[in-house]
Amino acid sequence: MDGYIVGTIIKAILVLAIISALAGFGTYIERKILAFMQRRLGPMHVGPYGLLQLAADGIKLFTKEDFIPSGANKFIFMLAPVITAATAFIALAAVPLLPEFNLFGIEVRPIISDLNIGILFVLGMMAAGLYGPLLAGMSQRNKWGLLGSARTAIQFLSYEVVTGLSLLAPIMIVGSLSLIDFNNYQSGGITHWLIWQQPLAFILFIIAGFAETNRTPFDLLEHEAEIVAGYATEYSGMRWGMFFIGEYANMITIGFLAALIFFGGFNSWGFIPGGLAIILKVSFFFFLMLWVRASWPHIRPDQLMWLCWKVLMPLAVINVTLTGLWMMI
Amino acid sequence: MSMEEFKDRNVGVQNYRMLDLEPNPETGMDKFKQVVKRSVKLELFTGLKVTFREMFNALFRGEMHTTKYPFEKLPISPRYRAIHEMKRLLESGHYRCIGCGLCEKICIANCIRMDTRYDENQRKEVSEYTINFGRCIFCGYCAEVCPELAIVHGGRYETASEQRASYSTFEDMLTPLDQLAQQSEYPGFGAVSADADEKIKKTPLAY
Repeated sequence: MDGYIVGTIIKAILVLAIISALAGFGTYIERKILAFMQRRLGPMHVGPYGLLQLAADGIKLFTKEDFIPSGANKFIFMLAPVITAATAFIALAAVPLLPEFNLFGIEVRPIISDLNIGILFVLGMMAAGLYGPLLAGMSQRNKWGLLGSARTAIQFLSYEVVTGLSLLAPIMIVGSLSLIDFNNYQSGGITHWLIWQQPLAFILFIIAGFAETNRTPFDLLEHEAEIVAGYATEYSGMRWGMFFIGEYANMITIGFLAALIFFGGFNSWGFIPGGLAIILKVSFFFFLMLWVRASWPHIRPDQLMWLCWKVLMPLAVINVTLTGLWMMI
Repeated sequence: MSMEEFKDRNVGVQNYRMLDLEPNPETGMDKFKQVVKRSVKLELFTGLKVTFREMFNALFRGEMHTTKYPFEKLPISPRYRAIHEMKRLLESGHYRCIGCGLCEKICIANCIRMDTRYDENQRKEVSEYTINFGRCIFCGYCAEVCPELAIVHGGRYETASEQRASYSTFEDMLTPLDQLAQQSEYPGFGAVSADADEKIKKTPLAY
């Protein structure tokens, strides 16, 4: 039992360190990919190919003045970024990151806690993350921030519905909420992937995932052209950095969820071993988010709501109904 | 990059094409039809295709547009008018300026100041020549008016310096003697035309 606790703590620290490092690295990748798609070079001058730009940004974020506006609610203002970053990492606790492997004779399961309600826990935590932008926007006494938090409310709350409904059909097929069970269900190779049974659910999930991670084309929360920086207008330094890390950790989580639920998870894929397979899949989804950001304009809030309630939600309900009928017959 | 791009000033004759945009949908049914049509035609993926193609071209076909400026520079037109240069005579290496003072006279920004005196051979020599680059508007009149092609415009456009006087004395602008072989004629404002030799006519002596 002691070994279990120690192991869990080690795993939690490792996940926190690796994912926050990856989130920082994600900003570099994002700048590079966006630059390439616009035929630019991106960061080039700090270190080889601009790799040390990360360190430069980190130093800048840590040493920047920690600014709290005079009219702000100080406690909530300081709490909000912590909520975003913390929930993003807590959500990862129920996500199996890699297949099981042996390290010094001990069998390691790279999941912090294999909950039997894994998906619900992850979705719940990501939904709780919306309190970060919401409270941040409302506490800072800034009109842009208020608009940003209003948009947070409409966007995140609506798209939670679509995420949940779209995942309901795969959950019905697999009959479990644990992500490990999802992975094992698809262990029979590429033809057993749930994407072939549930293509519509996948499309709905990825659209809702883009909305929940606040990515283009649904980046209404802090769209610079309209509301300066939205909920993050008054934030600077490491508090702003925590929002950023939370957002990128959420992107990685969505990538893991999509890979685990629809794309065969960490089962080995032909000659590719399972660990590499899931990293490739998550990398693809991360790349897809950047790719979409480089390609598409973002939509208006009213279009966002129209898409959610009048298109995606009916489609999700139809999908669930059809899946249920198909399972009965 | 060839010079053709600089010479092509006919901006109005490219093949412009009107976008075949559809009219905005009026009724709810039309909007619905438009959405369905766009979804089925997968129009969004066209955008993804374009950006991916650009990335592929930039990375693997050398179509990256970035010039790493302080390390690389774009070619500028030979007719570009930046900091002035003072040319020398190719044979003797003596400066071409004859001290006539026309550039000082014509300068509309009043930024050229020159002093001349007679040297021991009773030839005019330039004792003082400065251009105030805080005032110069780089109009090119001095290069145009110079009868000896002595003052011309060069291509040196990076003019940040610690002192206002930098680059602006006669010695700064004069071609260094060891680079006399590389001195080239200025094709821009005030230069002789390419067919100048054919245009020259012998002055009849009896005239």
